[in-house]
Amino acid sequence: MISIFLKEINEFLDSLIAYVVIGVFLVGIGLLMWVFPDTNVLDYGYASMEPVFSLGPYVFMFLIPAITMKSFAEEKRNGTLELLYTLPFKEIDVILGKFFAGYFLVFFSIIPTLVYYFSLSQLGNPAGNLDTPGIMGSYIGLLLLGGVFTSVGILASALTGNQIVSFILSAFLSFLLYAGFDSIAAIDVWSGWSYVISDLGIMSHYSSLSKGLIDLLDVAYFVGMITIILMLTKLILGFKK
Amino acid sequence: MSVIIQDLTKMYGEQHAVDAISFEAPKGKVTGFLGPNGAGKSTTMKMAVGYVRPTSGSITLDGISVTDNSLKVKKLTGYLPEHNPLYLDMYVREFLRFIGGAYGIKGSKLNSRVEEMIETVGLQRERKKKIGALSKGYRQRVGLAQALIHNPSVLVLDEPTTGLDPNQILEIREVIKNISADKTVILSTHIMQEVEAICDKVVIIDKGQIVADDKLSVLKEGMNETTGIIITFENEIETSLFESQGFEIKPYGDNAYLIESERDDLRAELLKITSTHDLPLVSLTKAQKSLEEIFHRLTQNQKR
Repeated sequence: MISIFLKEINEFLDSLIAYVVIGVFLVGIGLLMWVFPDTNVLDYGYASMEPVFSLGPYVFMFLIPAITMKSFAEEKRNGTLELLYTLPFKEIDVILGKFFAGYFLVFFSIIPTLVYYFSLSQLGNPAGNLDTPGIMGSYIGLLLLGGVFTSVGILASALTGNQIVSFILSAFLSFLLYAGFDSIAAIDVWSGWSYVISDLGIMSHYSSLSKGLIDLLDVAYFVGMITIILMLTKLILGFKK
Repeated sequence: MSVIIQDLTKMYGEQHAVDAISFEAPKGKVTGFLGPNGAGKSTTMKMAVGYVRPTSGSITLDGISVTDNSLKVKKLTGYLPEHNPLYLDMYVREFLRFIGGAYGIKGSKLNSRVEEMIETVGLQRERKKKIGALSKGYRQRVGLAQALIHNPSVLVLDEPTTGLDPNQILEIREVIKNISADKTVILSTHIMQEVEAICDKVVIIDKGQIVADDKLSVLKEGMNETTGIIITFENEIETSLFESQGFEIKPYGDNAYLIESERDDLRAELLKITSTHDLPLVSLTKAQKSLEEIFHRLTQNQKR
């Protein structure tokens, strides 16, 4: 697993994907947080990181598929998957290696935004007047959500040999998982079931973590999602042999 | 380590890509695996290295089953796939280090092994280049180095010399021959000279079925259903001298004739005729069919 992980990381660094992803994420989030008039916190008047956490998932919805779209699709197209599969790797090692490499990039694009926390705490009146547990909970939520999006990207990439199809599919699936269930639940036909349906989606768990209440059930939901999606990937890759 | 394939079958939908084939690749020998395009060579090789799962049948390496123990088998086999897929963005050494690492070679041993491989396949001048910048022949060498880096007991090479120039073909053949002494090598090709140059044993496959499986010499011998003699004279002769004795005589080049007969004492009789008529005999050789002919005949027969 480690050698796959390192290979993927090297590939990200060599091909500029890493710099572009991290750069675009930070510039995008920075603009939304501090500059754009509709969303910036300076005009908003409250010392909150709300823009990062409410818009972050939507930025990820485009960036993470871009990171993961080539992971299996390109190997398939170039035939290098054959090479990879005839090396003594377990299938799950290949999948996990690719997953963690993608996740590594997601992680490192989130970390620099911690600076905003300190800027905000200085801007607060009095200084340091911030909802620290809420922010920490949101960070955990965003990291876990990034994990789910990454696994969805890996799955989409395993489904096709075409990177563009893989990108669109994973962006769509990520959107569906994040906001789709909530929107479906809002249709007025479910009566008592609408709560259950919205609970299947990421958003309800994400917003409950954002309140600063780190419920083990919410964390388990994310970890479970990632596990299921990666297992599904393994199934699909095995089936295609 | 010998590779034993038994009743191996692979179906793609309704089509038999490989249809119940059995053969053995003995240790220390190069087994040539021949067949026209689409005969099932690559599929068989992919199954032998554990990439494609067989529909039925078994492949074993000294008793270790490829399907049940694929991880163990993968450590023992080196494989050069048909289109030689490589990571074009990687540098030659980086790539070989990655492959070596995958086989669990570490630290200074990995470094020395990588250098050794670069040496073996003749990549010294290209060692610092990106694989994408290499020409086809050099990429093929990288592929070969990749297959050899962990010193495998079994080597499976799918058309290792396609697309190489004549010099490179000779060099790569030399490499394969040198390393094959203590390994089991299975090599697929459709270049006949290659088989004659390096293979000890030949398996010919057509439409997923084995049409020949034997030592090269036996195969050539066995194909001569009628005994044939090529007889060469110094100058032209009257063919009627032989025809009157009941021989069928066909011209076979300059002053050479092919005589086919089912008689056992063919040589002796021919010599008798030449001496009685005082014909200037140059040579008398047994006619052997070339491998190309054998191949053509075996794989054509199937179509009829």
